Amino acid sequence: MQAIQETQPGRPADASATRLEVKDLNAYYGKHLAVKGVNMQFEPGAITALIGPSGCGKSTLLRCLNRMHEVIPHAHVEGEVLLDGQNLYEPGVDPTDTRRRIGMVFQRPNPFPTMTIMDNVLAGVRLAGKPPGDATLEEISEKSLRRAALWDEVKDKLHKAGTSLSGGQQQRLCIARALAVDPEVLLMDEPASALDPISTVKIEELMRELRGAYTIIIVTHNMQQAARCSDYTGFMLAGEAATGELVEFDTTSKMFTTPKEKRTEDYITGRFG
Amino acid sequence: MSQESAEVISATAGASARAARTRISPAGDRIFMFLLYASAWFVLAIVAALFLVLLQRSWPAIQTIGLGVFTQLWDPGGGHFGVLTFIYGTIVTSAIALLIAGPVGIGAALFLAELAPKRLATPVAMLIELLAAVPSVVYGIWGLFVLVPVIRMYIGPALQHTFGFLPLFQGPIYGVGMLAGGLILSIMVVPTVAAISRDVFEAVPNDQREGMLALGSTKWEMMTKAVLPYARSGVVGALVLGLGRALGEAMAVVMVIGNKPQIVASLFQPAYTMASVPANEFSEATGKVYISALIEVGLLLFIVSLLVNISARLLVWNASGRGRR
Repeated sequence: MQAIQETQPGRPADASATRLEVKDLNAYYGKHLAVKGVNMQFEPGAITALIGPSGCGKSTLLRCLNRMHEVIPHAHVEGEVLLDGQNLYEPGVDPTDTRRRIGMVFQRPNPFPTMTIMDNVLAGVRLAGKPPGDATLEEISEKSLRRAALWDEVKDKLHKAGTSLSGGQQQRLCIARALAVDPEVLLMDEPASALDPISTVKIEELMRELRGAYTIIIVTHNMQQAARCSDYTGFMLAGEAATGELVEFDTTSKMFTTPKEKRTEDYITGRFG
Repeated sequence: MSQESAEVISATAGASARAARTRISPAGDRIFMFLLYASAWFVLAIVAALFLVLLQRSWPAIQTIGLGVFTQLWDPGGGHFGVLTFIYGTIVTSAIALLIAGPVGIGAALFLAELAPKRLATPVAMLIELLAAVPSVVYGIWGLFVLVPVIRMYIGPALQHTFGFLPLFQGPIYGVGMLAGGLILSIMVVPTVAAISRDVFEAVPNDQREGMLALGSTKWEMMTKAVLPYARSGVVGALVLGLGRALGEAMAVVMVIGNKPQIVASLFQPAYTMASVPANEFSEATGKVYISALIEVGLLLFIVSLLVNISARLLVWNASGRGRR
């Protein structure tokens, strides 16, 4: 709790300055159009959930936001993703810079097995060369682990292997690793789907604690999770030729009580997907 | 126990296998099991027999020479059978081979696994594996007619000009010598190192690469900080297997190393290796002790190669065990 009130070096304390916006975004795998015509604005400091059945393109859309989509061979993106008005897909924008500002947590916990817990947390900081501000590496790792609600569990074994932790702890370690480079936006791709129920609850609590300090966008196949944790929800659905579209995007309470679209209502009430 | 586990396997194979199981008689199962066990033990028996025959045949030399093998003088006519010069030659040429083939093989494997587009990577990987199948005498002929003159006229003088202050690169340049032996071995070891390292790199899970990229790494940082550390022990295994090949190579080395038993610093000087001595001198060896001493050289090499290979297996085994987790 106390960690959230600390101001961060290098950027304003509240994330309301950072706006993330998607304009006319199409994502391709080779010739296959996987996501079509997405327009959305993410509320700064809020949690936005992307839901939809498997193969609807929600993970693809998420990976377009920090330019991780193009890492897959033959994958490419059309359209604009604006971070503070700057189009991330403009020529000359460095994708490594983008990924430092927009952190990502994956479906399966992926700590680096040859690194200690502390080295895992600092992996991204060391890439950037100089740590932000004048904080020491020890301070950064402690702060990041506290923010990820993992400090109390690992403070006595910072020099043990990251993979010695349980699955849920590994995922929080990956969150700490993402937070250590001080991003403005945090993308989470089904962060709890590989975890047990208790670890899932911990991740959800953690998301609520991080709310306000970071703009969080989470992909989930779990509707209850979206309803529990998020402020806004986007519903995606794959139409013809397995091309995903954003069907509806609104506040979570509206989406789950009075959706405008019939297809949203059908999905939320469990009629398909 | 064997029958039990066979039953468990066929039981878990599901309904489709159930019909088949009733048709195979228990006797058939037992015969098949016996054949498998026999094949496995046969391989072990060959290794054991090889070792025993080498030991038995080198026994006269071991008795006559004793610890005298660990001296420098190799003079079969005078009854001196010191093998230290061969051990030295083997170590130096293998070290040169590994120093060159290690970086080149790992680099080629990284390129093929991480950077090359698939339509380029697949044929190049096949070519590399083909290189590993070229007979060593072909490498030897190429070494003798191409590599040796090139060392004498270009590589040797250039090295001497630049690094002549080091004892390694002093003295006359004959062409044949430890440098030629090391270089020919390095060419032969590259395919081994590259092919195995490539398999190891391809076994690195993609989430490791994406995890590093998502932190804002460049592709180079992703390779050096995520892929290489994860693949570390597997790559060491590839290097040790390559070293095993270098240690045991006889034919190609005989043809380019000059075959002179001596311990000198200069890489331009001829030398002799453990593998080449028996290959080269067996036909002209006279006398019981001489032949027996050659076999003892083979025995020593057998032991060294076995140890190198066991350590390689253990390393590769560790690597794949970690990949599964």
